[in-house]
Amino acid sequence: MEHVIEMLNIRKVFGNFVANDNITLQVKKGEIHALLGENGAGKSTLMNVLFGLYQPDGGEIRVKGKSVNITDPNVANDLGIGMVHQHFMLVDNFTVTENIILGSEPTKRGSIDIKTASEEIARISKNYGLDVDPYAVISDISVGMQQRVEILKTLYRGAEILIFDEPTATLTPQEITELIQIMKRLIEEGKSIILITHKLKEIMEVADRVTVIRRGKGIGTVNVSETNPTELASLMVGRDVEFTTEKRQSNPKEEVFRISDLLVKDYRGVEKIKGLNLSIRRGEILGIAGVDGNGQTELIEAITGLRKVESGSITLNNKDITNLRPRKITESGIGHIPQDRHKHGLVLNYSVGENVALQSYYHAPYSKAGVLNYKVIYEKAREIISQYDVRTQSEYELARALSGGNQQKVIIGREVERNPDLLIAAQPTRGLDVGAIEFIHKRLIEQRDNGKAVLLISFELDEILNVSDRIAVIFEGEIIDIVDAKHTSEQELGLLMAGQKLTKDSTVQSLQKEGE
Amino acid sequence: MSKSLRNVLIPILAVILGLIVGAIIMLISGYSPILGYTALWNGIFGDLYTIGETIRQITPYLLAGLAVAFAFKTGLFNIGVEGQLIVGWFAAAYVGFSFELPMYLHIPLAILAAGLAGGLWAFVPGILKARLGVNEVVVTIMMNYIALHITNALIRAIAGKDTSERIHETASLRNTFFEEITDYSRLHNGIFLALIAVVVIWFILEKTTLGFELKAVGFNQDASKYAGMNVKKNIVISMVISGFLAGLAGATEALGTFEYVSTKGGMTGIGFDGIAVAILGANNPLGVIFGATLFGALKYGSLNMPNEAGIPEEMVSIIIAIIIFFVACGFIFQLFLDKLSKKKEVK
Ligand SMILES: Nc1ncnc2c1ncn2[C@@H]1O[C@H](COP(=O)(O)OP(=O)(O)OP(=O)(O)O)[C@@H](O)[C@H]1O
Ligand SMILES: [Mg+2]
Repeated sequence: MEHVIEMLNIRKVFGNFVANDNITLQVKKGEIHALLGENGAGKSTLMNVLFGLYQPDGGEIRVKGKSVNITDPNVANDLGIGMVHQHFMLVDNFTVTENIILGSEPTKRGSIDIKTASEEIARISKNYGLDVDPYAVISDISVGMQQRVEILKTLYRGAEILIFDEPTATLTPQEITELIQIMKRLIEEGKSIILITHKLKEIMEVADRVTVIRRGKGIGTVNVSETNPTELASLMVGRDVEFTTEKRQSNPKEEVFRISDLLVKDYRGVEKIKGLNLSIRRGEILGIAGVDGNGQTELIEAITGLRKVESGSITLNNKDITNLRPRKITESGIGHIPQDRHKHGLVLNYSVGENVALQSYYHAPYSKAGVLNYKVIYEKAREIISQYDVRTQSEYELARALSGGNQQKVIIGREVERNPDLLIAAQPTRGLDVGAIEFIHKRLIEQRDNGKAVLLISFELDEILNVSDRIAVIFEGEIIDIVDAKHTSEQELGLLMAGQKLTKDSTVQSLQKEGE
Repeated sequence: MSKSLRNVLIPILAVILGLIVGAIIMLISGYSPILGYTALWNGIFGDLYTIGETIRQITPYLLAGLAVAFAFKTGLFNIGVEGQLIVGWFAAAYVGFSFELPMYLHIPLAILAAGLAGGLWAFVPGILKARLGVNEVVVTIMMNYIALHITNALIRAIAGKDTSERIHETASLRNTFFEEITDYSRLHNGIFLALIAVVVIWFILEKTTLGFELKAVGFNQDASKYAGMNVKKNIVISMVISGFLAGLAGATEALGTFEYVSTKGGMTGIGFDGIAVAILGANNPLGVIFGATLFGALKYGSLNMPNEAGIPEEMVSIIIAIIIFFVACGFIFQLFLDKLSKKKEVK
């Protein structure tokens, strides 16, 4: 059997830390080969080695049987290897075409030949069903589209082997379905794909084979047709994993948080939240389900003080917190796991310890009279690292050097440890491995059982159904219905999310809405 | 190779390479590099007098470099150090000659006046940036010209001529001990002020909550907002502290080197050189000591090259610029060292 890519006994060391310990990965032509492993197992590192971003400290790489030395991404390009990074590398105010040709601009009599390039891009786009407008400006298109631009970029440069590093982590379910179609199309055209994902469902759906790595070591390669999610999960974690988190019946107490007639505009001045009402009680987890773009982001930003509330009120513990400064809101008892960890959650150039102190550096015991107490800060960091199983070399490591999932664990640890009355968790498990997801879900439920309120926003219906006690469906800036998590299903939520309000006599027992 | 060793090795390598390229250029243009560099060496370390003068020259560079570096840590580009220095110079001199006070009050008051004047000058671009999002680079450049012409006008109005009267002795930073051991150079107590400022700024940036916030804002404004920091306030504070430092640089000129203030035909250049100093020092307060020393020494020492080696001033500027250039490109050596140590590991 022909292998297009063979990575044999690859070793990569950072300082004293072995990120890849003699890993072997062999990809056949025309297959989708999944790479599975816990957060920090070394998947991205291995792919960065293949793409020439890191130099291996040992091992051999063969492309189509020939031993190669991939010294930088240009060499990878020439060998037909393309990579779609998890964090896109696009220039925001450039057009699609400009981004794609960046670095290898075609010229005609000395000036850049945009027209021919655009035509070529349009042709490739059509060929693979990508549906990308070559003249659109990046900042105007959705995340899903931007990802397609990244795919186009690799195809335009003649990639035969495409690496996808967690392509679905930031996509909506709809976009994921489309991406899977695109990947199948790519295979039909004779490409090979290496796919990194934490979602076992996706692996089962599209991959042919899967290589599992655990803590930097290769565990083995299995055929997808001969395995199942449970087996894969235990292979990668090294123990059995529960997919549905067990939880006791919720025991909600008095109301702690209330939103009344909330009106919020987005940055363009368009009303995104239109008279929204919501209330959460102590000891319950309220999930918010909805298609992306229905006001979820604006709702969270309004609650946390990052966006102005036009009218309406938000109260916590019967105190009005509408339009207070973010710090006042935090201090009044709100914790926030933000949706975009790189933008809001972390200062990447700060150490893990400093990031742990990001919300509390200004008061005792982390500082006194304006002087930081780094001893206490790093002690706290060590505590969170061990409790939340953050895989990092030390608390002094820059947040930037952590793997995506481990960065997330730092944020979750920081926010949960502050023990807020209301914890807002926006996509808390995005990019986390199944073991970590299980752990985070347990933590959220634990908060609930300790009499705290949790507001969970997620595009993953599984997660919403699994963790929430009540589910509020948001549609075009309003809560169109609230249902009991135990008595609803994915189908019913899907209908609600599409804006179809269920009638009282429908099979769903819809819980009483606000104020009724 | 350990990190700290590398941090020392890279600048040294860079300086050496810069000197080599400078030598090649002298050779090509028909000057003797040996004579040239001997003149440079003598200009820096030749005798006690030149050593004293070199250190004196380093003093304002320390403060100006620190000012740029501090602003940069908050993500601000303070091109206005020059203007802030000019108003600081004027303010210190004014307090120096128009008040009669005991020394223990007079010096601190004059220094404070300089810092506040510089701070005020930086406050304007700071508040414009924070409130209206106006680019600080443009505003600070404009403020430089305003500073130059306003102080010129003020000096003429107050003194009636182009040079003010001398400051009173009670405001002078003169150090008779320094003068005696350096053969009556103008080396003055300002160097202590500059070194104290380095330590204070290092402390603020590394050990205080203020520094924690300023750096966080510099790295990631969105995350800082999320964490409840007041981004706008921090921008203004950073600008004002940076301007304060620039004002202090002016104070060392007013109270130490010159002991008067005179009208200027153009910028002093110290503020702009401060940008290079900050870059050489990797925007790190301790690094600024290295940057200012290198810059100050080269600047002052090179004055000797036309006299002693007959190399034209323009040529000297080119050579100095090349040395600075190589140091600023330190990352090239970083790569070089990485390759080197990798090869060793493989073997
Ligand atoms: N540049 C670096 N310097 C130091 N350590 C690094 C660096 N890059 C990665 N690491 C470490 O190597 C390990 C593997 O990281 P990697 O990003 O490959 O993980 P991953 O399997 O992609 O995880 P995730 O699923 O969370 O993205 C992590 O522990 C990480 O902290
Ligand atoms: Mg990764």
